[in-house]
Amino acid sequence: MAEIAYWEAIRRAHDEEMANDRMVIAMGEDIGVAGGTYKATLGLYDKYGEDRVIDTPISENSYTGIGIGASMVGMRPIIEIMSINFALLALDTLVNAAAKIRYMSGGRAQCPIVMRTPGGTAHQLAAQHSARLARMFMSTSGLRVVTPRGPIDAYGMLKSAVRCNDPVIIIEHEQMYSLKEEVPDEEFFRPLEGAEIVREGSDITLVGYNFSVHLCLEAAKRLEADGIHAEVLDLRVLKPLDRELIRKSVEKTHRVLIAEEDEAPVGVGAEIMALINEDCFFALDAQPVRIHAADVPVPYNARLEKAAIPSADDVYQGALKVMGKI
Amino acid sequence: MNDADKKRLLKEMIFFRRFEDRTFEAYMERKIGGFLHLYSGQEAVATGVLEKAMLGKGTGNDYVITGYRDHVHALKAGAPAREVMAELYGKETGSSRGRGGSMHIFDPSVNFMGGYALVGQPFPLAAGLAMGCKHKGTKQIAICFLGDGANNQGTFHETMNMAKVWNLPVLFVCENNGYAIGTHIDRSTAVKDQYKRVCAYDMQASQHDGMDIEIVMEAAEKAIDFVRSGKGPYFIEFMTYRFRGHSMSDAKSYRTREEEIEWEKRDPIKIFSKRLIEQNLLTEDDIKAMKKEIDDEIENDIIKFAEESPEPKVEDLNKYVLDDHPDPRWIGPLQQ
Repeated sequence: MAEIAYWEAIRRAHDEEMANDRMVIAMGEDIGVAGGTYKATLGLYDKYGEDRVIDTPISENSYTGIGIGASMVGMRPIIEIMSINFALLALDTLVNAAAKIRYMSGGRAQCPIVMRTPGGTAHQLAAQHSARLARMFMSTSGLRVVTPRGPIDAYGMLKSAVRCNDPVIIIEHEQMYSLKEEVPDEEFFRPLEGAEIVREGSDITLVGYNFSVHLCLEAAKRLEADGIHAEVLDLRVLKPLDRELIRKSVEKTHRVLIAEEDEAPVGVGAEIMALINEDCFFALDAQPVRIHAADVPVPYNARLEKAAIPSADDVYQGALKVMGKI
Repeated sequence: MNDADKKRLLKEMIFFRRFEDRTFEAYMERKIGGFLHLYSGQEAVATGVLEKAMLGKGTGNDYVITGYRDHVHALKAGAPAREVMAELYGKETGSSRGRGGSMHIFDPSVNFMGGYALVGQPFPLAAGLAMGCKHKGTKQIAICFLGDGANNQGTFHETMNMAKVWNLPVLFVCENNGYAIGTHIDRSTAVKDQYKRVCAYDMQASQHDGMDIEIVMEAAEKAIDFVRSGKGPYFIEFMTYRFRGHSMSDAKSYRTREEEIEWEKRDPIKIFSKRLIEQNLLTEDDIKAMKKEIDDEIENDIIKFAEESPEPKVEDLNKYVLDDHPDPRWIGPLQQ
């Protein structure tokens, strides 16, 4: 057991999967010689060569498409897109091709690709490097969408994604790459389905995914000091959603807050809210609250950026509101 | 080419024409829905190129991929005609189990990797298929058929670049029929000769008559040999014409009858029939008998199969969205 950073966990998963199966390749901008913008493939170019750790030109749609084509003949490409904003360029091949090929071929072809990308705000990267877009992928049939909150899931879910026969979108987060966690030394896999209770509580459920799980955990600590026992539920997987665990938790706590870094309209929180209405409306003792980003392009100015993005304090205040304390 | 092959190829082209004509009738009878794009007029290209490809080896075949005008490419690649017709009828026995329709014929059992509605999409997918062949070290190549209109997509430029940089075994076949749906190439494209556009990527390229199957075959053989020998990608352009509209809803208002008549004189089936008659390989009567035999097969076997096949079950609606039998080690659920 060693404490490793999120990026090291991703790198280790790449390394092990590439060692295990020569059909596994990595593709992306600057991932080879340069070792990756977030070091997720550091050293792998030297170890596996330029045919398996492929530096691509800045052609997101087509290199993603090449990965998809290769996956149709048995390869297992791990495709890195440097920022989720750039993934918009690859929507044709991801959404029109990868997500639909199994279905429109009547199950006769498949695209077992993994697409990894950081989706979230960092520090003053402004509007074109701060998109989140989780809601866009989670509304596309034929994809799996996962959001590892820490090194254990980042490692174990990438390994599972490589072996899974479906296209898997892994949404990481710029602010989490240096996050550390104890990760077992022996190989393990983390499943691509299922939410997880990451903190037990009895008074309110704080639902998060990706970076917002950490906001929820921080808020839960503060709530504890106020005598409020908050349960934190990490969705982990946005597609397919684990509605069963959401229901169970809400039926236990009777109160719920959903924290998302995405903008609210037609978002992850809206979907969770709808599921709660459908599945456990009568279990609620208070109106649910959504904590989300402002509906604006993310500003450069640090003060404005902070105002646009939810914080742990926003989650804390929101929880007090659900509890009727403010 | 020996005499038997010549006769076989003529018969194949006539079959493809009659197959498409029959789908037109079925469309009018509303047996076929959606969009239907017919290949009539362009038969020499798919037939001639794929005649020179590695086929008949099932999953050892060369990989073939194309756009939405895909019936004939699928048939020539080896997809059973019954299944292609059943797909158009939306039946469970169809090539794509009734889930794809006319624009999305798939038959991976013969490495026909699909028809796609987004015209620029097969470029990168084809390069990916080629990357797979190269990685596995097989002698297979990928062959991508698309029209001239597709070359105005960004994926054309992105893929030509990467195919060349990575020296991928892929043959891009441009079927230049002069129109992107209803817009003439002169009005949409700065460079009229499509093969010249890939010189920007230092790629081997050539342009040929696409109405004469013997010319197509000769050019395709050279291009395929080039690609298969590991020299990298090749872009081959064939000048051709589609006799019908873009799809069934096309009144062809954008082109003149005179232009159509000029091209109809160069009908690939007429050209090749005439040549085989001149070479005393066939008579007019032989060709009539050939057509009769084909029509009987289409009606009594292919259409019958499509008509009588069952539709997909509604309870199977969610089948094929994701892997229906996933390995629980990777998928879960998560143990709490």
